[in-house]
Amino acid sequence: MLSKGLIIAFTFGYLALLFAIAFFSEQSAKKGKSYASNPYIYALSLAVYCTAWTYYGSVGRAATNGLEFLTIYIGPSLVAPLWWIIMRKIIRISKVQGISSIADFISSRYGKNITLGGIVTLFCFLGILPYISIQIKAVANSFDILQYAESPLPVLNVPFYQDTAFYLAIGLAFFTVLFGTRDAEATAQHEGMVMAVAFESLFKLLAFIAVGVFVTYFVYDGFRDIFDQASLRNLDHLFILQGEHGPTEWFWMSILSMLAVLFLPRQFQMGVVENSNEKHLDKAMWLFPLYLLLINIFVIPIALGGLVHFSDGNVDADTFVLALPIAYEKNWLTLLVYLGGFSAATSMIIVSTIALSNMISNNLIIPILLVNEKLKSKFQNELGGRVVWIRRATIFVIILLAYVYYKEVSGQFSLVSIGLISFVAIAQFAPAIIGGIFWKNGSRLGALWGIIAGFTLWIYTLVVPTIVTAGFLPESLMTDGLWGISALKPYSLLGMEGMSYVTHSLYFSLSINILLYVIISLISEQSSKEHNQALVFVDIFKYSTTLDSSIVWKGQAYLPDLKALLHNFLGEEKANLVFDEYAQKTGKPLDKNRYADPELVNFCERILSGVIGSASARIMVGSVVKEEEISIEEVLGILRETQELKSLNLQLKQKSKELKKVSDKLQEMNETLRLNDMLKDEFISTVTHEMKTPITSIRAFSEILLDEDLPDADKKKFLHIIIEETNRMTRLIDQVLDLERFDSGRQKLSLDRVDAKILILQAAESMLQVFKEKGLKFDIQLDFEDLEISIDEDRIKQVILNLLSNASKFAKTKVILEAKYEEENQLLVRVLDDGKGVPEEEIPYIFDKFFQAKNQTSKKPIGSGLGLAISKKIVEYHGGSIQVLKKDGMTCFEFSLPVQEDYKKTSSLSN
Amino acid sequence: MKDKAKSQYLWGLFFLGLCLLNYPLLSLYNIQAKWLGVPALYFWVFFIWLLIIILTYWIIKKTDSSKDA
Repeated sequence: MLSKGLIIAFTFGYLALLFAIAFFSEQSAKKGKSYASNPYIYALSLAVYCTAWTYYGSVGRAATNGLEFLTIYIGPSLVAPLWWIIMRKIIRISKVQGISSIADFISSRYGKNITLGGIVTLFCFLGILPYISIQIKAVANSFDILQYAESPLPVLNVPFYQDTAFYLAIGLAFFTVLFGTRDAEATAQHEGMVMAVAFESLFKLLAFIAVGVFVTYFVYDGFRDIFDQASLRNLDHLFILQGEHGPTEWFWMSILSMLAVLFLPRQFQMGVVENSNEKHLDKAMWLFPLYLLLINIFVIPIALGGLVHFSDGNVDADTFVLALPIAYEKNWLTLLVYLGGFSAATSMIIVSTIALSNMISNNLIIPILLVNEKLKSKFQNELGGRVVWIRRATIFVIILLAYVYYKEVSGQFSLVSIGLISFVAIAQFAPAIIGGIFWKNGSRLGALWGIIAGFTLWIYTLVVPTIVTAGFLPESLMTDGLWGISALKPYSLLGMEGMSYVTHSLYFSLSINILLYVIISLISEQSSKEHNQALVFVDIFKYSTTLDSSIVWKGQAYLPDLKALLHNFLGEEKANLVFDEYAQKTGKPLDKNRYADPELVNFCERILSGVIGSASARIMVGSVVKEEEISIEEVLGILRETQELKSLNLQLKQKSKELKKVSDKLQEMNETLRLNDMLKDEFISTVTHEMKTPITSIRAFSEILLDEDLPDADKKKFLHIIIEETNRMTRLIDQVLDLERFDSGRQKLSLDRVDAKILILQAAESMLQVFKEKGLKFDIQLDFEDLEISIDEDRIKQVILNLLSNASKFAKTKVILEAKYEEENQLLVRVLDDGKGVPEEEIPYIFDKFFQAKNQTSKKPIGSGLGLAISKKIVEYHGGSIQVLKKDGMTCFEFSLPVQEDYKKTSSLSN
Repeated sequence: MKDKAKSQYLWGLFFLGLCLLNYPLLSLYNIQAKWLGVPALYFWVFFIWLLIIILTYWIIKKTDSSKDA
C-alpha cells in the first residue's frame, strides 16, 4: 500500500515536471527553436480528446455495454480523413480573420455579431463545466482508491480545505494562468502549454498500455485466455452489441463523436488556434486515429479481467484500471496508472479552461464593457492591460466552479454519462459552423435561433433529469412530464420511446436546430456585413491572399485615432511594429495627418480581433470610424471586381510569359542563322583561296608556254604541271561538292554487305607503293576473324585512305593500321603514325573544314583540309564516331563502325 | 489538380469507413463467434479501423504535393 504522502509527492512532482517542460519549451521557442511546431507534437496534442473519461470511464462502460463505448473513438477516426477538407478550411479562416475560439468563429461568420458570440460562449460554458468537473472527480476518486482500495470513503463529505482535489485544482489553475495567458493576443500560440499537453498525451497512452499489458499477459494468459474466462462466467453477452436499438445507437453515437472532435472548445484550441502549419494535418489525419486505436485495444481485456476478478460486484467498474494493479499489489504500476489518469484529466482541464476563458473574456465581458456607454468611457483606455487579467480571473472562476459542481452534482453520476451530456451540447454548434463555411445563405438569425432552440432542448432532455436525480426538482417531472403533459417527458418527447436518453436528446435537439437554421436562413435577409463575411468564409481559399482589400467598407477614419486604439491594446512598441509591417507590406507610407484608407482600417480590425475577439474589435474600430452603410449590391460589385482584377492580372502574366518564350526562341534561331551565314562566308573565302593557288600556277605556266620558245622537254614538263594542278582543282571541287551533300543531308549511302577484312586490305594495298617510296615501315594488325558489315564500301575505303595518306605525310619512320572487333558490337579501325602529332589545343578543331588550310603557318600545306571533315561526315553517317588521340607515343586516328547483330551471327556461324 | 484528387480520395475513404463500421454491414460480424480466440465483433472492428488508418496514410503519401512542388 502506498502512503498518502508518497502519492501527494508524486502528484505534485508530476505537476512540477509539467511546469518544467512548459517552461523550457517556451524558453527555446523564444530563442527561435520551436519544438511545438511539428506534426507529431500536433497529433499528440490533439489527443487531449482522450480525458479521464477515456482512461477510467471507457472500462466502466465496456463492463456493462460491451463494445458500445468504442463509437466515441470510431467517430473521430471516421471523420479524420475529412479534416483535410473541413479543418483545413476552418484553420485557414481562423488564421486569416484572427479568430481565437469557437464562439469567435460563429460570431465572426454571422456578421461579427455580439449576441451570437455571447450566446455561444454561455452555452459552451454550461456544456463544458460539468465535463471539467468530472475530470476533477476522476482525479479525486483515483486518489481516494489508492488509499482505501476496496471500500472508498465518501470523499464528497470532506470539507474542501481537507480535500486534496481542491488543492490540485488550484495548482492546475496556476499552471493554466502561467502558460495559457502570457499574451493579450488570444490567437497567440502557447508553445509551453502545447508541449506539456503533448507530453501528457504520450504519458497517459503509455500508462494505459502498461496496465493493459499487465492485465492481459501477467494476470491472464493473453487475449484468448481472458475471453475464454469471460465465456465461462457467462459474460458472452458483452461480445456482441445487444438490443434491437443497437443500430440507431451506434450510428448516432458515431455522429455525436464526429461533431465533438471537430467542435469541442479544447479541440478547437489545439487543432486550430495552436496549429502552426496546415500541412501538419496530413500526419495528424492518420496519427490521431492510430492513437485512439492504441489507447482502446486494452479496454475490453481490462473490463473483462476486472469483471472476472471482482465477480462479487463490489468494485465500481469505472475504477478497474486502478483496482486490478492494487489487487495484485503492484505498487509502482498502481502509481504509474494513477499518474496516467491524472495526466488525462489535467490536460483536458488546462486546455478547456484556456479556451473557455478566451471565449468569456472576448465574447462576454469585453462586449458588455463596450456596449455600456458608461463602462466604455471608463475602461476604454486601459482595456488592453485588463484583458489578460480578466482571462486569468476567469480561469480561476471556471476551475473553482467546476470543483463546486463536482461536489454538488457530478459526484453522483458516472463519468461517461456526464461526458456525453457535454458532447450533445457541443454538437449544437455544428449546423452553424458547417453551414457557415459551405453555405453562403446561412444567416445570423437562422444560426441564432437554431442554437437557442437546440440548447433549450438539450437542457430540458439532459440537464433537467440530472437536476431531478440530484434532488433539486420533483420526481414527477420525469414520470408525468412538464405540467403533467406526457408528451413533454424529458426522456421521451412526443412519447418517443426506444432510444437511449443521449440519442433521444441528440436527435431532437440537432434536428430542430438544423431545421430552424435552414428555414430561417432561407426566409431572412442578410445584412451587407453578414453577406461579406459569408462570402469570405465560404470562398476563403479564393480570398485569403487579397483579404484586406477585398473586404468591403466605406467610410472615413482618422489615422491617429486608429493608432491610439492599437497602442491601447498592444502596447506602444508592438503597435508601432505592426504599423511598420503594414507600411512595408503594402508600400504605403503612413504619415501622420492622413486619413486611413479602408485597407488599413480592415487591417487594424483584424489585428484587434486577435486580442479581443471579432465582435468587440468591430465595436472598437466602429467607435473611431465614421462608417456608411452599404448595400449588398455594392458588396458584391466590389468583391467581383477584386476577383476579376485578380484573374485578369493572372491572364496578363500568362500571356507575357508566352510572349517571352516565343521571342527567346526567335532570338535563338536568329543567332544560329547568323552563325551559319558567317560560316558560309568563311567557307567561300577559303575555297576561293584554295582555288586561286592552282589557277595562278596554271596561268603562269600557260603564259610561259605561249610566249617563249622552249625545248620540248620543258614544254612537256610544264604541261604535266598544268594537268597536275587541274587535277588538284577537280579534286578540291569534288570534295567541296561531297561535303556540301553531306552537310545538306542529300548524300545517300549505298549500303552493302562487305567483308571487313577484304575492304581494309584493299585500302591498305593501294597505299603500299606510297609508303615504299617514302621509306616508311607499314604494319597491318587485324584482330578479328571473318566479319561481315553493312557499309558503303567506297566511302569507308575513302576514309581509310584519307587517314593513311595523312599518316604518310606526317610519319617519320612507321605507320600502323589496326582493326579489331569490340565487345559492344563495333568495329574499331586505328591509323597510327610516329609524326610530330597534333598539338593539344588544335584537337577540338582538327575535323573542321579547312582547318589545316587556315593554319598556313604549318609549313607544308598538304591537301585541301577537307579530308578529315569529309571522313568525319562519312563515319557519322554510318552511325559511328571518329577521334584523334595519343597512343603509346604515336598519333592515333581511330574510328568505329557499328556491326549489325544479325550479321555478326551469320559471320560467327561461318566460322 | 492533385489537391482535388486528394479531397476526392478522402471523401471516398470517409464513406467507405462509414459503410464498413456501421449497420447494416456491422450486423454481419456482430455475431457470437470467435476469430483467433477473439470475439468476431472485436476482431473485425479493430481490423477495419486499422485498415482505414493505413488507407489514410497511403492516400496522403500518394498525393503528397510537396515532393514535386
